[in-house]
This record gives sequence, C-alpha cells and structure tokens, in this order.
Amino acid sequence: MSLKIRDLPNEELVAPGNSGCPGCGATMGARMAMKVLGSRTIMVNGTGCMTVNYGVLAAARFPYLHMLFETTGAVLSGLDAGLRSLGKREGVTLLGWAGDGGTADIGFQSLSGAVERGHKFVYICYDNESYMNTGGQRSGVTPYGASTTTCPAGKRSIGESRPMQRRKDMVEIMAAHGIPYAATASLAFPMDYMAKVKRAAEVDGPSYVHLLSPCPPGWGSNDELTVEVSRLAVETGMWILYEVVDGERKFNKRLKTLRPITDYLKTQKRFRHLLDQPEEIEKIQSFVTKRAERLGLLG
Amino acid sequence: MASVFVSGNMAAAIGARQAEVNVVAAYPITPQTSIVEYLAKFVADGELDAQTIPVESEHSAMAACIGASLAGARAFTASSSQGLALMHEPVFAAAGLRLPLVMAVANRALSHPVTIWSDHSDSMAERDSGWLQFYCETCQEVLDTIIIGYRVAEDARVLLPAMVCLDGFYLSHLSEPVSVPAIEDVRRFAPKSAPKYPILDVDDPKSIGLVISPDFFTEFVYDKHASMSMARDVTEEAFAEFERMFGRRYSHLESYRIDDAEVVLVGMGTMAGTIRVAVDGLRARGMRVGALKIKTYRPFPGEEIRRALRGARVVAVVDRAVTYGTGGIAYYDVARELVNESPHPLLLDFVAGIGGRDITVDTINRVAEQALAVSLDGRRDDVTWVDANKETLAIWGLALR
Repeated sequence: MSLKIRDLPNEELVAPGNSGCPGCGATMGARMAMKVLGSRTIMVNGTGCMTVNYGVLAAARFPYLHMLFETTGAVLSGLDAGLRSLGKREGVTLLGWAGDGGTADIGFQSLSGAVERGHKFVYICYDNESYMNTGGQRSGVTPYGASTTTCPAGKRSIGESRPMQRRKDMVEIMAAHGIPYAATASLAFPMDYMAKVKRAAEVDGPSYVHLLSPCPPGWGSNDELTVEVSRLAVETGMWILYEVVDGERKFNKRLKTLRPITDYLKTQKRFRHLLDQPEEIEKIQSFVTKRAERLGLLG
Repeated sequence: MASVFVSGNMAAAIGARQAEVNVVAAYPITPQTSIVEYLAKFVADGELDAQTIPVESEHSAMAACIGASLAGARAFTASSSQGLALMHEPVFAAAGLRLPLVMAVANRALSHPVTIWSDHSDSMAERDSGWLQFYCETCQEVLDTIIIGYRVAEDARVLLPAMVCLDGFYLSHLSEPVSVPAIEDVRRFAPKSAPKYPILDVDDPKSIGLVISPDFFTEFVYDKHASMSMARDVTEEAFAEFERMFGRRYSHLESYRIDDAEVVLVGMGTMAGTIRVAVDGLRARGMRVGALKIKTYRPFPGEEIRRALRGARVVAVVDRAVTYGTGGIAYYDVARELVNESPHPLLLDFVAGIGGRDITVDTINRVAEQALAVSLDGRRDDVTWVDANKETLAIWGLALR
C-alpha cells in the first residue's frame, strides 16, 4: 500500500451541487473512491441516499446508473458481460455502490450471485447501519443497542436487540465467496481507504470494500464530526480496519489500547439511551474487548 | 433458408441465435427452461458468439439484461409465470430506460395452487409495463417474431422492449417444421446499429435513471405512450419488410372467414388455430361464424379491430386470463375499441383454457353456439366460464353462472 496523497488527481469527478446532507459519509466516500478509480469508471448505484445525493442534479462526471434497490450485483454482471461481448471491457472499471440495506439485505442475493459467478467489478458498500434514505429503519447490520425508527429504544426496548456477534458480517461473507480482495474502510483513514479501493480495482475478479459511513441525521451525530466519529469507531475497536487478500487476513490499523466504547457511543443520539445503563455498556464493551483480543488486534 | 423440425422453445432459441444476441441472462423455469438451455449449448458449440449469464434469479436476469443493454449489447432472456412475476419490477424499469430487450415468455398460469400449465395470466400481469407483446400460434411465428421484435424494439421511433409470448407446452413443447432465416438476411432485416438510446459509456459519460419530479414525470410516461402507439406502424413496416425478405406474412390481426360472419370469435395464441378449425366445422353446419386472431396485443391494434369487426352482429372474445370478479382481459381491449362505434356488435366475454385446460374444438363450438343464441334474442350475459366444471363447483357449493 503505497498510495501517496500527491498521487491523487486534483480533478473532481463528483461535481459540486450534490444534494447530500451536511457531513454525509456516503458522498465523501464516493468522492474519494472516484479519485483513485478515475473517469473510465461506470458506477452502478442501487437505490439509496446516493440516488438523492447525485441523482437529482446529476452531480457525476462519469457514467452513472441509478438503478433499482436490489439489482446492483446483477446489473454489474450484465454490464461486465455486455462490454465483453462488444470487446469494450478493457480499460473500464465497473463500480457497484450501495448502502448497507442494498447490500446486506435486499441486494444480498444479487451481489452474492454476481460475486460467485466471478464478474469483474469493485463493490463498495457505504454502511450507515440502517435504511437512512427512508428515515432510519433497522437493517441487517444495525449494531446492538442502536435506536432506529423500526427498533426504537423505549421502556421495554434497548433498540436493536440482535446480539452483537450476529450482526451480518459482509466482509467475511464476501471473503467466504473466495474472492481475491475484501476489506473494511473508514473515512478517518482516507489514504488507507483509497489504497484499498485502488487495490480492489487491480485484482482480477470481484472485490469488495465495506466503508463505515456515518450519517449525521440518522445517527444523531454532529455534521462536522463525521470524520471524528469514524475515527472513534476505529479507536474504540467498534470498527476494525482489515483486509482479506486471497484469503489472508491482515489488520491495517493495529491499536495499542482500546479507547472506551462510550467515547464513540456518546457522539451519537442513537446510542444515548445506553449511557445510563451501565450493564448494557459493559455488555458491548466486553464484546468489543474480547473480539479485539481474540483477533489479535492489539499490540 | 434451412428447414428444421423443432419445438417452440427451440424456435425461440434459434430466433435469438439468428438475431446474434450478445448477452443471454436467464434463470430456469418450466416451461421456458429449454430455451436458455438451447442457447447455452449454441454458445458452448460455437454456434453463437454471446456471453451467457446463468443468474441466480429472474429478477437478476432482467437486471443483468438491463446492464448488458446499457453497455450497448443486444440482450435476450426468457421466462414464465412465477419467474416473470419475480421480474415484474425490472420489467418496468427496462421499459422506462427505453431498452430494446426481447424476452420469450412461455406462458404459464400463476400460483397458487401450484400449476405448471398454460394460461396468459403471467404475461397479462405485465400488460401495462410498457413492453410490446406479441402472442404466437406456431413455432415459425415464434422464431420470426423474435427477429421482428428486435427490429421494432431497436427502432428509434419505438425503443421499447418486446415480449414474445408462446403458450406453455401447447407451443413451447410442440414440434413443427420451421424455416430458419439466414444470419446474413437477419443482419439486413434487423441490423445491429449503434444504440439509439443513452448508454453507459466512459467516452460519453451520462447519468442515467435520475430522480424526476412531478414537473416532468407525466411527459416521460406520455413519451412511452406515444412510442407504443408509434410501434403499431413500425411493426407493420417490419411485417411488410419481413414478408418481402422471407416470404412469410404477419399482421397485427389475422382474420378468417369474417367477411360475411354474423359471429366473430376472437382469441390469442395457440387457441387461434383451434378456433379456425371450429369455424370450418360450424360453417359446414350453416353457421355464419368467423375468427379473428390478435397477434399484436401491445400496442393494441384498435383501428384494425374496428375495421375487422365492422358488420359483425356478435363478437365473442375468448380469454385465457381473468380479471377477478369481472371477466376476460382482452375482452376489455376489444370492447374499448367498439363501444363508440355505431352500431356496434354485441360483445360477449368468454373465459377458457385456464391453467392448462385444453381449449378444444368442442370448447369453441360451445362459445359459438352461445354467441349465436344470444344474437338471436339480443340478450347479453356476464362473463361465461365456458369450460368450467359445474360438478366440481357444486361440491364447493358454487353455482356456475
């Protein structure tokens, strides 16, 4: 990984005038990805926030398809085959871009099929941990304890109650398809993220990058803290930066120690109800600490 | 022009092969399955230079065809019943994106109860998707209509996808001698020119599939409507050119002995041949009966319908699909065209052949006899379920009206 900031082009392929919310992680993530992928990239975007962000004013300076929610993988398959059939595949990068709902839930089958068949594309999931385009409903990756509109915290509810270990782990699921490259990424570590996108584009076959993408209105975090919230997720061990290269796992950001998870949780209203429930905090902290130790993240 | 003895499904596959499709994306479902098996074999044997995508669902089959078409490739798929129903969402999207796909539909009823047998409920559920729909009667017609489908769908005045419907088993698994047009001739008839619609091209970047406000959406829909209407003429042109090049004549409607007919029996798909045979028998008994087959169902050939049925006293439409609580579906299309004609024929609504119940000459005879009886006393009735079993319904405590 030797991507240098001076290697990045000044050219902005995502034009000004996108309709994303202030502090939107998804728009930042797309901008950075396009810095390394370049203009000879076709983006297929399964419906979500980005449909609104880039799809109202056509803010993209590269071919961009706004497509049905669950079809990203299948449309990429068709594009890959179509371009091959016409002898136009060479020198073109195919990028799938979808949220966690479009990836881990409704688009899961289509993505799994496309990956299993071995079409060549980069797939980036911008994970804001719920259905934010429709106002913040739970998804298959919503973390334990988060309050969403369909699993709201209340007198009898902790919010999302699915145990932490059962959050759908997309990177491991993709890696289990035997693909050459899968990785997590964070907006707080942009060079790491962009190097991963670059590598994902260079491998032969499907590749997958899972980007934690804070959503200020959905998470109840401050607009200007998107990068900071992303950093805290990594430093608390709530979000682990790693990659799976041909089946080999490698950490990209080892930690000396874990910051307490409350440093992360308290930045977001969706977790606020947990802060006066020490037993819940302890449950999450214990899971995160044990996971870091088991994986060998520390040291 | 080579001649072969093949099934309707093989004819569909040969049609796609002769049209030199670039991409085939499909998922197996009875009775369509062998269409894509044949195509896969053509590719495996080097008889067709195409990419095949054995997708994990019909939803993805249609989505992959959309992707391939947006790359500028000629794409083909085939489905039936539940598969077509699963595709419903991207079927609409393909029309909205104005992509000239062609899909063979081996018609099969929709569950539940589970059935694999034929009726038109699957394709009728996609009637208003913005796809052209052609219903076929013979294996030759299936093959030819797929080729005609590409020419019409890709025409800049149309740019709408086309469904070529063949009755499951009755046609999909029926074998007949079929003449195969030479690829060079098909290239001249339906040339693969540069796409006339926006594609995803790195040398000409465009955003496709944007969000549209109410300020413009109506006009997008109207545009599709206008193109579908225009497709009537474009298809006629294609039929004429096809006849010139290949010697086989197709038309939106096929009439049989209607000139002096008191009663005209209207049907689509394989029942059309049965109706013609029945007409001959009825004529021999002195009944003035004629037949009208609707080949082009979308766009609906309204003017031709009005012209063909002018002078008939009774028009009986036989539908292989139902709109519940009301009656047959094509009946309404026909009635819509005739309702403001003065005088207009008495219109009768028959449902038959649901879920693989054979439409026999006897079925059609009963339709004709009822139609003649009604025409004599001038009464009309609700929809007639001409082949429903009274005894079975009686067990369920139901009376057949």
